[in-house]
Amino acid sequence: GEGRGREADRGWPSPFVMRPRIALNLKGVEYEFLEEKLGVKSDLLLRSNPVHKKIPVLLHAGRPVCESLIIVQYIDDAWPSSGPSILPSDPYDCATARFWAAYLDEKWFPAMSGIARAQGEEAKKAALDQVVEGLSLLEDAFGKISKGKPFFGGDTVGFLDIALGCFLGWLRVTEKMNGMKLLDEAKVPGLAKWAERFCAHDAVKGVMPETEKLAEFAKLIMAKFKAAAPPPQ
Amino acid sequence: MAGEENRVVLHGTRVSLYSARVELALKVKGIEYELVEEDLMNKSEALLRFNPVHKKVPVLVHNGKPIAESLVIIEYIDENWKEGPRLLPQDPYERAKVRFWAGFLHQQLFEATASVIKTDGESQERAVKEVHEKLKMLEEGIKGSYPGGSPFVNGDNMGLLDIVVCSLFGPHKVQEEVLGVKFLDPEKHPRVTSWVKALNELPLVKEVTPPHEKLVGALQCFRNRALESAAA
Repeated sequence: GEGRGREADRGWPSPFVMRPRIALNLKGVEYEFLEEKLGVKSDLLLRSNPVHKKIPVLLHAGRPVCESLIIVQYIDDAWPSSGPSILPSDPYDCATARFWAAYLDEKWFPAMSGIARAQGEEAKKAALDQVVEGLSLLEDAFGKISKGKPFFGGDTVGFLDIALGCFLGWLRVTEKMNGMKLLDEAKVPGLAKWAERFCAHDAVKGVMPETEKLAEFAKLIMAKFKAAAPPPQ
Repeated sequence: MAGEENRVVLHGTRVSLYSARVELALKVKGIEYELVEEDLMNKSEALLRFNPVHKKVPVLVHNGKPIAESLVIIEYIDENWKEGPRLLPQDPYERAKVRFWAGFLHQQLFEATASVIKTDGESQERAVKEVHEKLKMLEEGIKGSYPGGSPFVNGDNMGLLDIVVCSLFGPHKVQEEVLGVKFLDPEKHPRVTSWVKALNELPLVKEVTPPHEKLVGALQCFRNRALESAAA
């Protein structure tokens, strides 16, 4: 299928924004990347996503699609004969991929982003423990799902690779800022090697942020967060 | 039907709105299944084995293989049983719309109503306000996305989005009785209110809905436990 996508996007730091970009790259779909200015939401964004007012938003033939994983599935549905299938073809494998993607967005990523916001050493440790436990679960899942192949999606990058892989930049920043190895080859060997393959993949290379840049960005956000000093949750 | 093969077992309970969703989906598709009634205060060993990550209902076990998370299960049901009514539209953009609103209901609206259930006093008032704001967004969104005449957004039969809204606001009378607050306002949310009313009248929905008193008891219990642990 032909067609151009168009993405309204605050850009490079957001893991969620990476997801549709990887999907579009996999499908070989040309798209325009509209970078939103940090802190300012454009009229186009507010019109396209009035409910959440968030990026990413995919505009295809003028119609908006919102929510990163919904966009990825849309891309797979809308360009069925271009590139590889992003969702597995088997319904059970599909359900497994969706299950873990939901786990990532609802449990694992909130725990990881909670580390920086944790008030006090105990809370920080609790959040870190959750992240480590999650990685152990994912290591196990990787073994079962990949069945010896390079990606969760098998021979090619698929839905769950995209869902998890987009967090690798932030995972590395978290490791750096806390002086610990999370993607430890000794503890999660399958995932550690998978991460290298994922980051080296053609569809991912150009959109994965550099850890250094991301770390600087994180420091900026943290400083703003501390200055605003919201009440503890 | 063959013996063990194609055996469909649902670990759930009808007082759980998530479990009810899956039952509705199975019934819309006309799939025969066995309901293993779980006691949420005393979960079976099988459930914990089938859903070690979350340890929750519902879990669908098909051919001995477990699937957890209600929305994931419903999409599985739609994809695996292609004969019979479809629960999601075929068109990619329409599918995305359904998933978007189902997600909005499942995350945003569910969380907001859960806050109302678990709080009282001023906190509850704030939570009620949030539910009303989100219901307004839903009302606008549904009116905009589905201007057609059919009360169900899926056409002639219930689909994923109908199922999710039914599970959340179908029991609104129970919620009103236990909480003393009105969520659905026919003047502020005419479209959503008439949608829920139409859904509640379906025989399928009546089949999986426990008696009013039972739901009132369960919700009251849940609320009491939540308030107690908040006060502790």
